[in-house]
Amino acid sequence: MHRLAFAAHLRNRVHLKVLIPGLLRSYTAGAETVVLPVHATLDEALRDLDARFPGLRFRVVDEQDAIRPHIKMFVDGELARRIDTRVADSKELMIVGALSGG
Amino acid sequence: MAARKMPKSVAPKPTTLLIATRKGLWVLGADAARRSWKLTGPHFLGHIVYHAVADPRDGRTLLVTAKTGHLGPTIFRSTDRGRTWKEAAQPPAFEPGSGRTVDHSFWLTPGHASEPGVWYAGTSPQGLFRSTDGGATWTGVKGFNEHPQRKAWCGGDQDGTPDGPKLHSVLVDPRDPKHLYIGMSSGGVFESSDGGADWSPLNLGVKALFLPEPDPPFGHDPHCVRLHPRMPDRLYQQNHCGIYRIDRPANRWTDIGAAMPKSVGPIGFPMVLHPRDPETLWVFPMDGSDVWPRISPGGKPAVYRSVNGGKTWQRQGTGLPKAQAWWTVKRQAMTADQAPTVGVYFGTTSGEVWGSRDEGRSWKCIASHLPHIYAIECT
Repeated sequence: MHRLAFAAHLRNRVHLKVLIPGLLRSYTAGAETVVLPVHATLDEALRDLDARFPGLRFRVVDEQDAIRPHIKMFVDGELARRIDTRVADSKELMIVGALSGG
Repeated sequence: MAARKMPKSVAPKPTTLLIATRKGLWVLGADAARRSWKLTGPHFLGHIVYHAVADPRDGRTLLVTAKTGHLGPTIFRSTDRGRTWKEAAQPPAFEPGSGRTVDHSFWLTPGHASEPGVWYAGTSPQGLFRSTDGGATWTGVKGFNEHPQRKAWCGGDQDGTPDGPKLHSVLVDPRDPKHLYIGMSSGGVFESSDGGADWSPLNLGVKALFLPEPDPPFGHDPHCVRLHPRMPDRLYQQNHCGIYRIDRPANRWTDIGAAMPKSVGPIGFPMVLHPRDPETLWVFPMDGSDVWPRISPGGKPAVYRSVNGGKTWQRQGTGLPKAQAWWTVKRQAMTADQAPTVGVYFGTTSGEVWGSRDEGRSWKCIASHLPHIYAIECT
């Protein structure tokens, strides 16, 4: 890869943009997006989020490290089913509340 | 004649009710005469609030168990009677690697008077947790959660009541902080004399008509268990299969539901004890016949009171709907205040709060149009 192109590539992946759903914005003081440094896995990114916004992680991931049944996480548009999903080369994490009736 | 100021010790305190609902927490406050009521809230709108309890030891701490349809379970704490709230830094959660997950914290009990800051939480599925810092952090009571017999006692985490199996009715003996009882749906009543390090079943004499054995040692379904604060060896339980009383150290429960009218039956969820008289208690029967409709029998809701420890029961329905009222009252949704003439209160599955200022003789609707009520506690 050309040197300039490689630099641009690095610039593009030094951050992970996290889209925060309305149901978690009480933790982020209303912020709709949070920018994190690059992390290797979804788990690391969520732990970083939890360090910034204490309590957030346990609301979306249970004590056995499973994503909760009515929470969905999309990494660059792909549904992540496990928290060991790699995000090192990803740009966007979207957390959403899935359908949950009643 | 000039009004005489009552001595502080006997002046009735204004009653406040914490109303936990499927959609949030409301607070219903009364004047000193308990004639007029004011509803405030909601707190935690949209959260399923299972239980909200005030700490009688400091008069200012409130704990609330909550989750939402999407978000996992947590506990909120206030140390200023609900003006401000903080979330627990470490809510009840099973050990990583145990394979178990807390669906929701269901029951809260303040610890012994000599242990300020200690609280117990019962969860769904059945787990027992303890906090020693006023509810900020919680750890599992290993003596129960990791007991080698736990699975035999409780069944699997998918077994149990329609809204998930539960550990509830955490009772602390006012004479001894290490003497504890718990109730489980299902599992039965269990006792610990060493602060929760070990547990023994206490279910003899209680029917379990859904099990093949006639008198099994565990596996029962107590809906609500109460210990009398003035006579801590006296316990009552409203069970899936009747109403029972026990006077320890006896280890066999006495069936006191058989004295209920046959047309009403002994099935129900909640049970409330008179704060001073161990012989007086109230239950709220529901229809447990054929497919278990779980509504007021015949659509005619009524409280039943006993003033002789369950030997006889009297219907108390004055003021309640006479017909076509198809609600019921859940196990945590009935309580009593400490007034000289005790006030009794219950919240319905249709979002009404009913109160009696005269120990159940007459009833008045004191709040309506709330969501499905899960729990009511008096502060």
